[in-house]
Amino acid sequence: MTLTPVITEHWDSPDLYTLEGYRRFGGYGALASALKQDPDSIISVVKDSGLRGRGGAGFPTGMKWGFVPQNDFKPHYLVVNADESEPGACKDIPIMMANPHALVEGVIIASYAIRASHAFIYIRGEVPNALRKVANAVEQARAAGFVGNNILGTDFSLDIVVHAGAGAYICGEETALLDSLEGYRGQPRLKPPFPAVAGLYASPTVINNVETIANIPYIIERGAAWLRQFGTEKSPGFKVFAVSGHVNRPGIFEAPLGITMRELLDYAGGMRDGRKLKFWIPGGSSVPMLVEEHLDLPLTYEDMAGAGTMLGTGTPMVFDETVSVVKAVTRWLEFYKHESCGKCTPCREGTYWITGMLERFEHGHGQEADVEKIAHVCTQIAGRSFCALGDAAATPYPAALKYFRDEFLAATHTSADEQFDPVASYLFAGATR
Amino acid sequence: MTISEAVRAEMRQLAALYPQPRSALLPMLHLVQSEEGDVTTDGINACAEVLGITSAEVTAVSTFYTMYKRQKVGQHHIGVCINTLCGLLGGDAVYAALAERLGTTHDSPSEDSKFWLERIECQAACTHAPVMTVDWEFMDDVTPASAVDVIDRLARGEVVQSTRGPAIRDFAATERTLAFPNDGLADDGVSVDEKMLAGLRIAKERRMSAPPVPASAVAGTTEG
Repeated sequence: MTLTPVITEHWDSPDLYTLEGYRRFGGYGALASALKQDPDSIISVVKDSGLRGRGGAGFPTGMKWGFVPQNDFKPHYLVVNADESEPGACKDIPIMMANPHALVEGVIIASYAIRASHAFIYIRGEVPNALRKVANAVEQARAAGFVGNNILGTDFSLDIVVHAGAGAYICGEETALLDSLEGYRGQPRLKPPFPAVAGLYASPTVINNVETIANIPYIIERGAAWLRQFGTEKSPGFKVFAVSGHVNRPGIFEAPLGITMRELLDYAGGMRDGRKLKFWIPGGSSVPMLVEEHLDLPLTYEDMAGAGTMLGTGTPMVFDETVSVVKAVTRWLEFYKHESCGKCTPCREGTYWITGMLERFEHGHGQEADVEKIAHVCTQIAGRSFCALGDAAATPYPAALKYFRDEFLAATHTSADEQFDPVASYLFAGATR
Repeated sequence: MTISEAVRAEMRQLAALYPQPRSALLPMLHLVQSEEGDVTTDGINACAEVLGITSAEVTAVSTFYTMYKRQKVGQHHIGVCINTLCGLLGGDAVYAALAERLGTTHDSPSEDSKFWLERIECQAACTHAPVMTVDWEFMDDVTPASAVDVIDRLARGEVVQSTRGPAIRDFAATERTLAFPNDGLADDGVSVDEKMLAGLRIAKERRMSAPPVPASAVAGTTEG
């Protein structure tokens, strides 16, 4: 399958991040055409395009917009989830640094469609360079009359606030993000009510991922039928894939949904030093790992679900045969334990106890009975936690156990570092421990 | 240090950006760290006064987020990603080398109090592993030696350019950017590198592109 640069098409143009650079390629043309249409027809186009959320869950974007009640006399809000923190996910930050105006133009069009006059872009605080690029783009758009009062002479007015987080993975969960944006601890809210009805300041709110919103100008400009030329019936469109790990050419590859991992691996130059693939993860540590036999599956929402995993963020991490799966999973669980917000017991306690057991395995002191006990604790977290972080935390271990049970059993007497020399996994040569 | 009236005015300016002022609390706490070097009791009290909430409420928020510190960070914050991908691909060795060079450990200041070292979680730059940050600006594709070299150059007061971003300033300056993001540095340095262009380069080389707009869709978009 060929690569299809759309959002990334002009990234080699050094001033694409400026208003002038973006407009050279027709930027803000979609906004002009959108403002001539009825907001509902914009929602229809996005619905017809079949665009699904690129943050990980894959919810149909047009449907989400359609849930916002109309004529309710309440303010509506658009919130962009730019809290990209999922281990393995590295595509929203590059989009914001390379093509911030696509995001800003998408924000304006989406706000018009859902009848919002205030939009927020919540960017994780750890990436100031994404923050300043987006803030700069918003100010340039404001100076050009694309943001502010009576945009392009219409009666549509919009203010955009670029907001920095402060270090909390949980704020990628949309209701936790709302609490954080309201100035509270970022802890998830009970749903329902859903944000479309009672979101930011208890008002109707749409929360979309960066890549989702960056798609919007292209869809409005080129049409729903154009987008449906890419991908599959259930997964239309293109995707900014980011391939990382033990490959020769890690990087960003924009391709239609439905491309296979084998094809992406090929574009990424194959496995480094001709080593063998051990496992790969299609979209963030929160989705189950896959192995060699899954390389020819189309990377779509439906095919990944069929293989017992998820497309997630569409940012495959690739690990070769030098890696200890025990160590990899332990590190992920340490992450979830650290990031658990503490609100609900299964996640808070479950991640704590699993991590303790896993660390014993990593050090070669695992107890054989714990191989099943950890799996059991995972079943007590998944589906019983307040939000998806708990489900995510219960994900890496069962998948790893399915393919690499022997490695966990060996870790009852031999540490991960003795089983696999960590230096062999390093990307730099001549390293010492 | 008492928070000056000028800083309080900036806090009120932040609060005015939002339909409800409390939404500005996270940026306000970044401003406090920029002024104070950490989240101090004076800073907490100033936030509380400006927003009309209790200092206990502000403290509850500030202790939830890992970027807020309760001890002086010093001139530079140094982060090393130790999440699975970066860590196993070399971040662990980078962290060990920096801990030795700085004579410190996780989430603590260096011996000379100039640097703060932290094992950080995924920095959304996995394609550039192993990743280090200096005052939260990217230092991509580091090795133990190159990471220590960055510290040495900073210690000597040399200019160090972020691999995808501006020249390194200091922790206080970055914290100010987090409060007021339009810091005038968008043009400093490059933000797109060869890894971000990997697919685009291949597509151009092999003349691959997205399908054209179908004729019917063009007709559709010109209506209305």
